[in-house]
Amino acid sequence: MNILTGNDLASGDVIWWTGNGWSRHVGEAIDVGDKGDEIAQTEVAARRANEVYMIEAEVVDGTVRPAHIKDRIRALGPTVRLDLSLKPADPAAGNWVI
Amino acid sequence: MYQYDKYDQAMVDARVAEFRDQTERRLNGQLTEAQFRPLRLMNGLYLQLHAYMLRVAVPYGTLSARQLRMLAHIARKYDRDYGHFTTRQNIQYNWIKLSDAPDILADLASVEMHAIQTSGNCIRNISSDQYAGVAADEVADPRPLAELLRQWSSFHPEFVALPRKFKIAVIASAEDRAAMRLHDIGIELVNKDGVIGARVFVGGGMGRTPMIAPEVRDFVPFEEVVSYLEACLRVYNRYGRRDNKYKARIKILVHEMGVDEYRRQVEEEFLHLKTLGIDPPIAELERIATYFAPPPYKQGLSDEIDRRDPAFAQWVDQQVAPHKQPGYAIVNISLKPIGGIAGDASSAQMDLIADLAERYSFDELRVTHAQNIVLAHVKKADLPAVWKALAGAGLATANLDLITDIIACPGLDYCSLANARSIPVAQKIAERFADTGRQQDLGELKLKISGCINACGHHHAGHIGILGVDRKGVENYQLLLGGSGAEDVSLGQITGPGFDENGIVDAVEKATQVYLDNREGGERFLDTYRRIGMKPFKDVLYA
Repeated sequence: MNILTGNDLASGDVIWWTGNGWSRHVGEAIDVGDKGDEIAQTEVAARRANEVYMIEAEVVDGTVRPAHIKDRIRALGPTVRLDLSLKPADPAAGNWVI
Repeated sequence: MYQYDKYDQAMVDARVAEFRDQTERRLNGQLTEAQFRPLRLMNGLYLQLHAYMLRVAVPYGTLSARQLRMLAHIARKYDRDYGHFTTRQNIQYNWIKLSDAPDILADLASVEMHAIQTSGNCIRNISSDQYAGVAADEVADPRPLAELLRQWSSFHPEFVALPRKFKIAVIASAEDRAAMRLHDIGIELVNKDGVIGARVFVGGGMGRTPMIAPEVRDFVPFEEVVSYLEACLRVYNRYGRRDNKYKARIKILVHEMGVDEYRRQVEEEFLHLKTLGIDPPIAELERIATYFAPPPYKQGLSDEIDRRDPAFAQWVDQQVAPHKQPGYAIVNISLKPIGGIAGDASSAQMDLIADLAERYSFDELRVTHAQNIVLAHVKKADLPAVWKALAGAGLATANLDLITDIIACPGLDYCSLANARSIPVAQKIAERFADTGRQQDLGELKLKISGCINACGHHHAGHIGILGVDRKGVENYQLLLGGSGAEDVSLGQITGPGFDENGIVDAVEKATQVYLDNREGGERFLDTYRRIGMKPFKDVLYA
């Protein structure tokens, strides 16, 4: 599947396209098929997102998981500071990346 | 320390106002990202893996307590309560909001700091020896020249759009603590018949094509250094490869042109420039030098240190260096606790270090390229108090230049250019070698890790270097041996096929065992490697 990601313009936060907006949680990303460029253009023009691009992902155990390790770290946060990640209470969160 | 004059302050304040306007225009849609990107990069603001990242310049690594407190304040107010000291003696914040960036730059300007020219194809922050002004072996204090070059290179209209980024280091000791010959230009101040001048090396660097800078001139009179460097930059600006960013650094030009031809063209340009009178007058050099006058040391102090506490004595042996003034010492503060993140410091730690600098070190600190902090002038009698305060904040690790004093770039945990994580590998190696006796038995062993070929972690210059690569989406680590960024500069050689994350830790341990099995006398790891060569290491690593 193809999912769309970018950064929030003002905060810089990593965001994911959910079909009707942007989420900080990759698990809410949807498959945009071949519509990525079209959505990206609209969203960037409206300043709802910045530096938008499409990446490959797959659904694993019911959760969207980016195909490449760099995108998984981007989705979770630094593996060496899980307290700053999206799952600060889960000491095993880093396993999802590897 | 240097203090801004009205021109310095006016320039920095004007830049803050300009960037505030640019940021507002970006946020309200008047500027596209394509238009805004070069503007934010000129102010050190990157868009990194997780958020905006701000790189703040620490000129030649020197800070006052007031400045470090401001860096702590920025970490606390605008970031996530920590900062990362880099291998270029700067500090980076990883979680900056674009909307906060103008306020941060204004806060920095209030303490005579900025983020100008910490990105882009310009002359970056000048780096220097963290022991400048206090090293017993220096021929002169390199900071006045570093400051002069900071002023010369800031907003230099001819050099704001070079073929590629440009890094300069200035040292003044035979012992090189700044990896001087691995810079685009390396300057060593020397004393020739009682006259101070510069020995100039051009065309060094790490990255994907590591090179050691060859000597281009053995002596440039101090008062002509600016026009000589101007000549070096002009020849580069004229012929540097703008068509290919991977061949655009000056090291490639010097290599392809040949050092003799490069030197000839520089000399020709230098002769011309000398007729233009661009070198600063002696009075200006003297004005700058007055800011770096020695602090009012107390005379007649004892050199005795009470070593009855073994933990304190161990810290003194590892972290304290000789000072040129009797009764004083240089204190190295390790930012490498076992299992920690190299170069990271919390706002509370920064505040504490600032307090110590104010109380015990004439208000002066240094950031090192090895990602540690230095208190430059501490009375030996005050060492126990400094040690106790550091220990209370987790800052008294005694591992300077040992195997756990690892340089590591942010790697794939933070950097969008990286191919592999550096920090977890550094943490695992540090934990494997955590035993103090084992570290000390291994002696000086500089281990440096980069998460990609750009080499921010200086892996080419490590006695042991590690380079993270992406092998079909899986992190893999190449091992290098025999590098050095010091006066015995050399580039590490790759041992062979790479290892996975756990395998590289085992490989490092095996390499150290080969050293222990083969060392003679007081040889360091590097000395043994140079004597016995790569083969005995490969035989064990790939058995």
